[in-house]
Amino acid sequence: MSNSTNELTSRRAFLSGAAMAAVGSVAAIACNSNKHPFTPEDESVVPSGEKVKLLSVNGDVIEVDKAFLKPVPDMPPISNDEARVGIAGKKFVMVIDLSRCKNLKKCQSACNHMHHIQDGQNWIKVYAMGEEAEHTAPYWQPTTCMHCDVPPCVKVCPVDATFKRQDGVVLIDSDRCIGCRFCMAACPYSTRVFNWSEPVLTEDVASTHYNCETSVPQKKGTVGKCDFCADMTRKGELPHCVSACPNGVFFFGDINEDSVSNGAETFRFSELIRDKAGYRLLEDLGTHPNVYYLPPVNRNFPFEVGKENDKG
Amino acid sequence: MENELTVTEEQKIIADLLPRPFGRAGKIWVAALSVVCLLGVFAYYRQLRYGLQVTAMRDYVSWGLYISNFVFFVAISLVGSLITAILRIANVTWSTPLTRIAEMIAIAAIMFAAMIIVIDMGRPERLLNVFAHGRIQSPIIWDVVVITTYFFVSLLLLYLPLLPDIQILRAHQVAAVKPFQKLYKFMGAFWKKTPEQHRISSKAISILCITIIPVAFCIHTVTSWLFATTFRPGWDSTNFGAYFISGAFLAGSGAVVVAMFVVRKAYQLDKYITDVHFDKMGRILVLLALLYLYFNVNEYLVPAFKMKEGEGAHLNQLFRGDWALKFWTTILVSMVIPIVMLVFKKGRKPLPMFIAGLMVVAGAWFKRYIIVVPSMLHPFLPMHDVPASYKYYFPSWEEWAIAGGSLAGALLVITLLVRIFPVIPIRETIDEMKTD
Repeated sequence: MSNSTNELTSRRAFLSGAAMAAVGSVAAIACNSNKHPFTPEDESVVPSGEKVKLLSVNGDVIEVDKAFLKPVPDMPPISNDEARVGIAGKKFVMVIDLSRCKNLKKCQSACNHMHHIQDGQNWIKVYAMGEEAEHTAPYWQPTTCMHCDVPPCVKVCPVDATFKRQDGVVLIDSDRCIGCRFCMAACPYSTRVFNWSEPVLTEDVASTHYNCETSVPQKKGTVGKCDFCADMTRKGELPHCVSACPNGVFFFGDINEDSVSNGAETFRFSELIRDKAGYRLLEDLGTHPNVYYLPPVNRNFPFEVGKENDKG
Repeated sequence: MENELTVTEEQKIIADLLPRPFGRAGKIWVAALSVVCLLGVFAYYRQLRYGLQVTAMRDYVSWGLYISNFVFFVAISLVGSLITAILRIANVTWSTPLTRIAEMIAIAAIMFAAMIIVIDMGRPERLLNVFAHGRIQSPIIWDVVVITTYFFVSLLLLYLPLLPDIQILRAHQVAAVKPFQKLYKFMGAFWKKTPEQHRISSKAISILCITIIPVAFCIHTVTSWLFATTFRPGWDSTNFGAYFISGAFLAGSGAVVVAMFVVRKAYQLDKYITDVHFDKMGRILVLLALLYLYFNVNEYLVPAFKMKEGEGAHLNQLFRGDWALKFWTTILVSMVIPIVMLVFKKGRKPLPMFIAGLMVVAGAWFKRYIIVVPSMLHPFLPMHDVPASYKYYFPSWEEWAIAGGSLAGALLVITLLVRIFPVIPIRETIDEMKTD
C-alpha cells in the first residue's frame, strides 16, 4: 500500500510540477524576459543540482532543478459532487458463488487493509450458515454491503449523508454524517460499522484528502461500510475483495453490459443467475439488493469449522 | 349563582399559593440535583473528548441507554397535553390545580428529550446539517419538526395562563417573589387586565388546547416510528404508535401524581390538592394502565402466536431468556400492581397513589430500555466477526452519569419553575371559588 501511495504521490508531483512550470514560464516571460523562467521568487532556494523532467506548454520535455518544485497538497481524484452522481450508464452488480468459499477471508483482509478499517470491525463478514439447523448442510457466506435498490439506510438518513448513485452504489459522505446511527438500525444486513473513537491511522493516511468513493480516511463519530470500491470501478478495475479471493468466489460487473467477472472468468450475469439459481438475501424485505448469491451446490471445499480463520 | 369572595379570603388564597423560598430540604434537594447534573456534564465532556467509545454501545447495539432515555422523556412530556388539553376540552374543572405542574413537567421533559438526542450524536457539532441538508423522508426530520412544535405550544400553554398570576406576583412585594420582580416585569409588562386582553388570551388558550392534542399524538407516534420504520424484530410493528401513546399517557400521569404528592407536602397545599384529586387521578391511572396493558398484549401476543424466526428469537429472550426477569418485573411494576392497587378506594389515597406513581414512572423508564436494547441484540444475520464486547450491552458509567444527569436536570428545571412561579394557578383558583 505504501508503495503505491508513494508512486501516486510522485506522479502527482510530476504533473503538478509541469503545470506550475508552465504557468511560471508564461508569467516570467510577460514580466521580465531576461529572467530565467524557473528562478524562484524566494531567492533563498538553492538549486540541488538534481534535475526533473517536465512537460512544457509547448509539448517540449524540459529539465528543471528539483529544488524549484513546490509540493502541492494531496487532492481528491474527483469532486464530492461527481462522487455523489456516480458513473453514467453503469449499474454495478456482484455475484457471490457460495460453492467456492473456503472461509479463507482474503477478501476481508484485503478490504480491511485498503480501507484502513479499525480493529474489531469488518465491512466483509464471512458467516457460517446453517450450522445449527437439523437437516441442512452448512456453508460459508461472505457478505458485503448489499447496495440495495431500495436502501432502508438511505430512506432514514436525516441529512442525506448516505445516498444512492445512478450506478447503483450506496455510499456515505463522512463529512456530512452526524452520527445518529439510524442507518445502522435500519440496515437488515448489519453491514454498517461506526467509528466509536478517533480512528488509529498512520500519518500519511490520516492526512489524505477524504473522498466518499475511497472512504479513506475513516472519521470519528461517523458510519462506515463496504463501498463496492467505487474508486476502483471508476478506473475500470475490480473491487479489492474480488481480486484478493484466490478461489474466485466474487464476481463483479455491470448489469447493463450483462457481464460479471472475477478476474479470471467472465460470465453473462443473466445466464449465471438463471443457470445456477441465483438468489438474494432477505428478498422478502423488498430491499432489492444488488448482491446475488449462487447456492452452495457441488462445493469445491468441505465445510470445516475451528480453523484458524474461523473466529467469533 | 355567584359567591363573592371577601378581600381577606382572596388574600388568604394568594398567600397560600405564592411561591416560597427553599427550606432546608429544598436546598439539599437542589444541591443534590446539581451535583448529579455536574457529574453528567463531566461524563459528556469525556464523551466529546474520546468519542462515543466511552459508552458501551457498539456496532450491533448502536442505540442504548440514551435513546431509551429519549423515548422516556418524550413519553413523560405528553402529560401536558393530557391534563391541560384533553381534560379541559372534556370540561373537567377539578384538574385546574394540576394544569400548571403538568405543563412544567412537559416542558422540562421535552427540553431534555431534545438534548439527549444531541448527546447521542457521533458528531454533535454538525447538528446544523439537519437544517442545511435535512431530507423530509427521514423520520428523524419528522421528529425534529414535531418536537419543536410541541415545545413551543407547551411553552405558550404555560405562559398564557400565567399572565394573570404574574400580575398578582408583581402586586405582592413579599420576600419570596422579590428576587424575580424583573423577570415578572419582563414577562408580563404588556398585561393590562383589559377585558379585550382576557378575551384574546382565553381564546388563544382554547386554540392551543385543541392544537396540542394532535401535536402530542404526532410527537410520540413519530418517536415510535423511529423504530417501527425499520425491519428489526420487536420494532417492526403496526401497533407501535398506539402502544407508545398509551404508554406515554400512563407514564406522564404517574409523574403528575408523584409531583402532586411532593408539592402538596412541600407547600402544605392540602386545601388545594385534595384527596379528591388523588382519587380522580387514581381512576385515570387505572384506565390508562389497563389501556397500556391492552396494547402490550397486542404487541407481544400476536407475534408470539406466530413465532416467525426473527421475532421468535427476540420474544423467547424476553419471555424466558436473559431478559425475562426484567421484562416480567416491568410488566408487573408498571401495569399489573398499580392496577390492582388503584381499583380499590383505599389505594387511591395520597400515599399509596404516590407509591403507585413512582412504580409507574420507574416501570415506564425500564420499559423503554426493554423496547430499545433487546431488538438491537437480535439482528437478522447472526452476530459474527466482532469482538465479544460487541455482543452484549450494559451501559458504561459515562452513560449512566449522562442519563442520570439529564433526569436530574429535568427535575431541577421543574424545581426552579415551581420556585419562581405559582405551582397552582392563583387567578383561576380564585375565579373558580367565586363561581362555586
